[in-house]
Amino acid sequence: MSQPDVREAAAAPDRGIGWATRAGLPARMRRGGIIFPFVALFVVLSVASGSFFSKVNLLDILDQQASTLVIAAAGTLVLVAGGIDLSVGATYALAGVVSAHLALSVSPAVAIGAGIAVGLAVGLVNGVIATYLRINSLIATLAMSFVVSGLASLATGGNLIIDYTRPGFGDLARSVFLTVNTSTWTMTAVVLALAVVLSRTTAGRYLYAAGSNAEAARLSGVRVQEIRLLTFVLSGGAAALSGVIDASRVLSAQASNGQTALTFTVLAGIVVGGTSILGGEGAIWRTVVGVLFIALIGNGSDLLGLNPLYDQIALGVILLLAVGSDAWSRLRGAAAG
Amino acid sequence: MAGLIVPADDGIGQAGAHVELKDVSRSYGGVRALAAVSLRIRRGSIHALVGENGAGKSTLGKIISGVIAPDAGQLLLDGRVVHFHSPRAAIASGIAAMAQELSVVPALSVAENVFLGAEPRQAGFLRRRELRGRYAELATRAGFDLDGMVIAGSLRTADQQKVEILRALARNARLIVMDEPTAALSRPDVTILHEIIRRLAGAGTTIVLVSHFLGEVLELADDITVLRDGQVVATTAAAGQSEDSLLTAMLGRSAGATFPARHGPARDAAVVLAVTGLSAPGVTDVSLTVRSGEIVGLAGLVGAGRTELARAVLGASRTTAGTVAVAGAMLGAGRPLRASRSRDALRAGLAMIPESRKEQGLMLGRPVAENVSLASLGRLSRGGLVSRPAERSVVSQILRRLDVRPAGLTAPAGTLSGGNQQKLLFARVMLAAPRVLIADEPTRGVDVGARRAIYELIAALAGRGLGVLLISSDVEEILGLAHRVLVMRAGRIAAELNGDDITEAAVLGAAFGSTERGRS
Repeated sequence: MSQPDVREAAAAPDRGIGWATRAGLPARMRRGGIIFPFVALFVVLSVASGSFFSKVNLLDILDQQASTLVIAAAGTLVLVAGGIDLSVGATYALAGVVSAHLALSVSPAVAIGAGIAVGLAVGLVNGVIATYLRINSLIATLAMSFVVSGLASLATGGNLIIDYTRPGFGDLARSVFLTVNTSTWTMTAVVLALAVVLSRTTAGRYLYAAGSNAEAARLSGVRVQEIRLLTFVLSGGAAALSGVIDASRVLSAQASNGQTALTFTVLAGIVVGGTSILGGEGAIWRTVVGVLFIALIGNGSDLLGLNPLYDQIALGVILLLAVGSDAWSRLRGAAAG
Repeated sequence: MAGLIVPADDGIGQAGAHVELKDVSRSYGGVRALAAVSLRIRRGSIHALVGENGAGKSTLGKIISGVIAPDAGQLLLDGRVVHFHSPRAAIASGIAAMAQELSVVPALSVAENVFLGAEPRQAGFLRRRELRGRYAELATRAGFDLDGMVIAGSLRTADQQKVEILRALARNARLIVMDEPTAALSRPDVTILHEIIRRLAGAGTTIVLVSHFLGEVLELADDITVLRDGQVVATTAAAGQSEDSLLTAMLGRSAGATFPARHGPARDAAVVLAVTGLSAPGVTDVSLTVRSGEIVGLAGLVGAGRTELARAVLGASRTTAGTVAVAGAMLGAGRPLRASRSRDALRAGLAMIPESRKEQGLMLGRPVAENVSLASLGRLSRGGLVSRPAERSVVSQILRRLDVRPAGLTAPAGTLSGGNQQKLLFARVMLAAPRVLIADEPTRGVDVGARRAIYELIAALAGRGLGVLLISSDVEEILGLAHRVLVMRAGRIAAELNGDDITEAAVLGAAFGSTERGRS
């Protein structure tokens, strides 16, 4: 007649004072999640394509995914804390054109700093709207994405900004250190830093608490609003950093870069990794694996000469499988205790 | 009414088991919830299932009503073996369930809810007039005074339960499984529901009653089945049983004294919580004090403003007037407190066990350790980095003290039993080392054994100098634990009871407003 209360059901078989049995294999598989398909795909590609498992190709993948990974790592924090940021693609574009434009007249450092500042500002506005003004973050950041991409178009007048005369601006992404591009190094540093924040710090715990049970967190003295605001600022800053890095990489920028395609690629990576869109669960390493998994599909089909149209279909199916298996195992997990 | 409920009695009388279970077993992921349970439920009887949390009573109720299927064994309806694959199949056989979590559709009217899925219709269009007519007829027969046109979501819980009962009757249910039907009700509503249950049974409907409240069970039931660890201890007639005998059967040992010995606060104990003239939504001009080592009971009906008061004191809701001082320190410099200032209150030494552990207390999907350490992470971290070894040792130490076995600190909190979940909240609060504890319904949904452990815990905390404000709808709990009792009614303190004045009659009298107003 009514839905059984899943939590009650979960608690029911646990008699009196005692603990549930250890998680079974399915639960552990779920926790491992995307890692198994990722490894499988990696092995298959290594065998099927001679050029896949080479330093050049693998570093190339990392470098191409640098901006996505940076944004997705910060986006993971937003999701864990119970929000969502749909404005990252637009922020990426705005920060790219702002820094590329300024690079024509001022020093690269100032141009880069200004680009990132723009992103932090967008994130701050997102955060204030989504927390203090209590507007659902999905809608708040969607609306902001229109505003921000409008600003980007306005700033460029629809033109491509070219910095070929300012090679110094390109140093941010194009320098090579220990045979690896600085863009990859920057990405690695940002991702590791955010991973430490989420998994090891008190702030990280508060993020999980805010996303898992905001009221419980509040009653325990956690500043839920502030902590959520912080995630949006970080997300804006990360999107801007990526926009600036990519502008530096190609020494040009335009308002149509990134945008919704990037936003959804980022979101897909996070979700395929296994971070819950409902908040309170997730991890940076998951996001990294999720983003790279999607990247492997593209890279693999390139190397194997498959029709790239299949990539999109495969991505869609994988996304459904990822979300579906999560929802399904939640149900089963609840029923099975 | 009789005509509605049962076709003519089959005349089997006592011998006619309405439902019979034979060796029914059911496991959840390797944990056995029911082991070879056999039991007969007489037609037209009120049959109670009692036992501790996790004893299997809810599972049994769900099997009878087709919510879950047994792994093994047979379910016999009127002597014939049946297999219910869904609640829908059970309903078709005249068995309906009233779940703990009500399932009214809030946006629809009462009548629409009652006939949901079985609306009178023609070519897909709802026949409103016929719906109204049939509802009126049904409500009259059931003896319910409930307007069918009211939107169901606006009803009180008690009235929503009536909607559920009517829904069951509208489907010609001859057996209704009720799982903790009175858990969320205030006293007068409980009385009304009891009356309804008796009337249904009197008219021939079989009632399976799953309940924590032994008093209620003894008052209502004809037969009682006691379950322990998924097995039937005994099925007996209710007559001749007492709470003690049931408890002994449930626990497998003698119940003994339920409440710990009471030591009042020291004569010169300092006031650790002083509330003066506090007003907030649902709270009007409340003043109270709690001293170190004192347990102050806050009684009152549901909706009397107790929880609202607790939230206002904690700064979780906005206050319009008054002050709160914790251990001598005035919160918010005496100005009206803005909402979400709980952080300051916590820092001053106030802590709360909230009313609903699922909605306000626990992060069910997160590990046990994280749930316990949440309010003390500052102490367990260095430079913002959480020290996991320190966390693990502190958490397992406190859980050992609370007799929650310290295995699997990484298990999600949602996998623990209700009693252990509540203990996690106590553990969290104790780690934060507060001066004042506000415990709002600390034993709700907790089985008997764990309940006693929680009473002892509260008494022990007070013994160590904590001031405790205990909010409870369970009068016995207030009587058994509190050194002093405040009774709230309509947002105000209606009475303050001390010493020998603390009686059930005095508390209930003040709560219902039937006696003269006490001092405020």
